[in-house]
Amino acid sequence: MVHRNRYKTKGLEILFLFPTLLILILFLYYPAWQSIILSFFRSNLFLGTRKFIGLENFQNLFIGPLAPAYYQSMIQTLVFSALVIFPGLLIGLCLANLSASLGKKGRIYRILLIWPYALSPAVAGTVFSFLFNPVTGAVNTLIGTFSSWQPRWLDNPFLAFLLVIIACIWKNIGYNFVFYLAALQNVPQIVYEAGKIDGAGIFKRFFRITLPLVGPVSYFLIFTNLSYTFFEAFGLIDLLTSGGPMGPAPFDNAGLTTLLIYKVFTDGFGGSSNMGFAAAQSVILMTMIGLITWIQFHYGEKKVHYGGE
Amino acid sequence: MKNKKEITVHIVLSLSCLIIAFPILFALLKSTQPPGQVMSARMLPGGYFLANVKNAWLHYNLDLYMLNSLKIALSIMFGKTFLSFFAAFALVFLNFKAKKVVFIFILITLMMPTEMLIIGLFDLISLSPPANLNEFFSWFVNPRNVLLSPVEYGFGWTDKSISVIVPFLASATGVFLFRQHFRNIPGSLLDASIIDGAGPFRFIYHILFPLSRSTVGALFVVQFIYAWNQYLWPRVIIRNDSAQVIQVGLKAIIGNAEGVEWGEVMAGTILSMIPPLIILLLLHDQFMKGVSVSDEK
Repeated sequence: MVHRNRYKTKGLEILFLFPTLLILILFLYYPAWQSIILSFFRSNLFLGTRKFIGLENFQNLFIGPLAPAYYQSMIQTLVFSALVIFPGLLIGLCLANLSASLGKKGRIYRILLIWPYALSPAVAGTVFSFLFNPVTGAVNTLIGTFSSWQPRWLDNPFLAFLLVIIACIWKNIGYNFVFYLAALQNVPQIVYEAGKIDGAGIFKRFFRITLPLVGPVSYFLIFTNLSYTFFEAFGLIDLLTSGGPMGPAPFDNAGLTTLLIYKVFTDGFGGSSNMGFAAAQSVILMTMIGLITWIQFHYGEKKVHYGGE
Repeated sequence: MKNKKEITVHIVLSLSCLIIAFPILFALLKSTQPPGQVMSARMLPGGYFLANVKNAWLHYNLDLYMLNSLKIALSIMFGKTFLSFFAAFALVFLNFKAKKVVFIFILITLMMPTEMLIIGLFDLISLSPPANLNEFFSWFVNPRNVLLSPVEYGFGWTDKSISVIVPFLASATGVFLFRQHFRNIPGSLLDASIIDGAGPFRFIYHILFPLSRSTVGALFVVQFIYAWNQYLWPRVIIRNDSAQVIQVGLKAIIGNAEGVEWGEVMAGTILSMIPPLIILLLLHDQFMKGVSVSDEK
C-alpha cells in the first residue's frame, strides 16, 4: 500500500534519520572503507607501524609461500558452507512441514523446536567440546562403557571437521525452522486436501506442493545461512577447535577448520598481528559477499516467485 | 488410517525434539552432579546444581560477564528498535527528496556484517581520541588524512561496554521490518488523523505505535538474541576480563586451566542461555507474526 497523503513537516526527516545514518556511516561504511585503505599498508597491531606497500598484501594472498594456506581456507569455507546449509535447510523444512501438518495439535512441537533459535555459537561450541572432549568428554565415556574405541574427535582432522559441521547445523535448526514454519503456516490446508483427493502421496505432495511454495523462503535462507557459515560460525569454531587440526596433505597449510573469518582473526590479532594482511582478506570477503548479493538480487528476482506485494 | 499416520508424525517429531534437545539436556543433567560424577557415565541428576552455579560464580567472573551482556543486549535492543522505528517512519510517512537513495543506503548495510569489518573498526574504536578540537580539525579538514590513509584517531573505547553497543544501534533489519509493516497500515488512518489535525508525534503515539506492537516484539527478540550472542567483536575489542561479555567469557572459563570443572562450566553455560530464552518465550507470538511479515519479500 502506498500512502499518498504524507506529512510535510520540514526538517523532521533529518531528525528521524540522522542517528541511524550517522551510525551507519561511522561504524559500517567508514570501517569498510578503512579496511580497503589498510589493505594497502603493512600495519602492525601492537607496534602501531604503518607503511604503504601497494598491492603486496594481495600478492601474498594469492602468490608465494602464504598463498596455499589462503587457498585452503577458501576451499574449506566453501565446502563447509555447502555441508552446513543444505542439510540444515532440509532438516528445518522437514520439521516445519511435519509440525505444520498437525495444525493446532502441533503447537507443542513448535515451541520445542523454536528454542534453539536462542542458542549462541559459543554455547554450541562449549557444549560440544564437553560432549566430545577425547579424554574427559561425555561421548567417549559413554562409548567406553561398551567398547574400547576412543576416537580423538578434536584431533582427528576428518572427525573435527565433521563435528564442527554437525554443531553448526544443530545451532541453526531453530532459525531455519522458524522461517519455514512461518512460510508453511501461510499455506491453506485446502491445497494439501486437494492434493490428497487427487491421489498425490506424501512424497508427491512434498515435492509438488510444499517445495515450490517454500522456494522464496529457501532462497532467502540460503543467503542468511551463508552469512552464518561465513561469519557467525566463528564463535563455535573458536571454542571447539580453535581453527585446528592440521589436515593431511594437501590440506596441511592451515588448520582444517580455519575458515576465512578465522584466518582474518588469527592474522590480524594473533601472533603476527599483521592488520594490513588481515584487511586484504576482509576486502576479499567483502568482494565475495558483494558478488553473492548481486547474484541474489539480479538472478533471484526473476527466478523465484515472491508472495505478498 | 488417518490416526495411524498422525501417530507416526507425532513419534517422528517427538524423537526429533528429543535428539535436538539432547546436548542441552545432557549439559543440564551434568550441571546437577557433584564433580566426581560429571565425568562418569552416570545419567541420574544430582542435587549439586546450585553448588555448581555458586562455584562457577565464585571461580570465574560469571556475575560480571552476565551483567555486562545484559547491559549491552538491553541497550542494543531498545536503542535499535527506537532508532529504526523513527527512521522507517521518515521513509514511509514523510515527504522528502532522495528517499530512495537513503533507503538503498540503509539496505546495503544488510550485507555488511560486523565480523567482516573488525579490522577497519578496531582502529576507529581503540585509538585514543584527539586531545582537543583543534587537533581534530587540523586532521579532519585534509581529505587525504580522512579518506586515503589509515585513521589516526579513534574513540578510545577499548574495554568499555559502549564499544559493543554504539556500533550496533542502527539496523537495516529493523528499518526494513518497520517499513514493511508501516506500508501495510491503511492510508485512511493517516488521512483521518491529518484531517483531525494530529501532528506526526500524536499520530505515532496514539495510532502507529499501538498498531506496531507485534513488530516491536519481534524486533526485541531478534535484536536481544543477536546482541546477547555477539562473539567476535567483543573478543577483539574487550581485553579486560571484568568488562567481558558472557559468550567470550565461556572461552575464558574453558581455557582457564588444564583441569576444567565441567560441572561448573555446564552450569555457567545453562545460565547464559536463560535471558535469551526468557525473551523468546515471552514474545513468542509477536516473534512468529513478525517473521511471517518479513519473509513476504
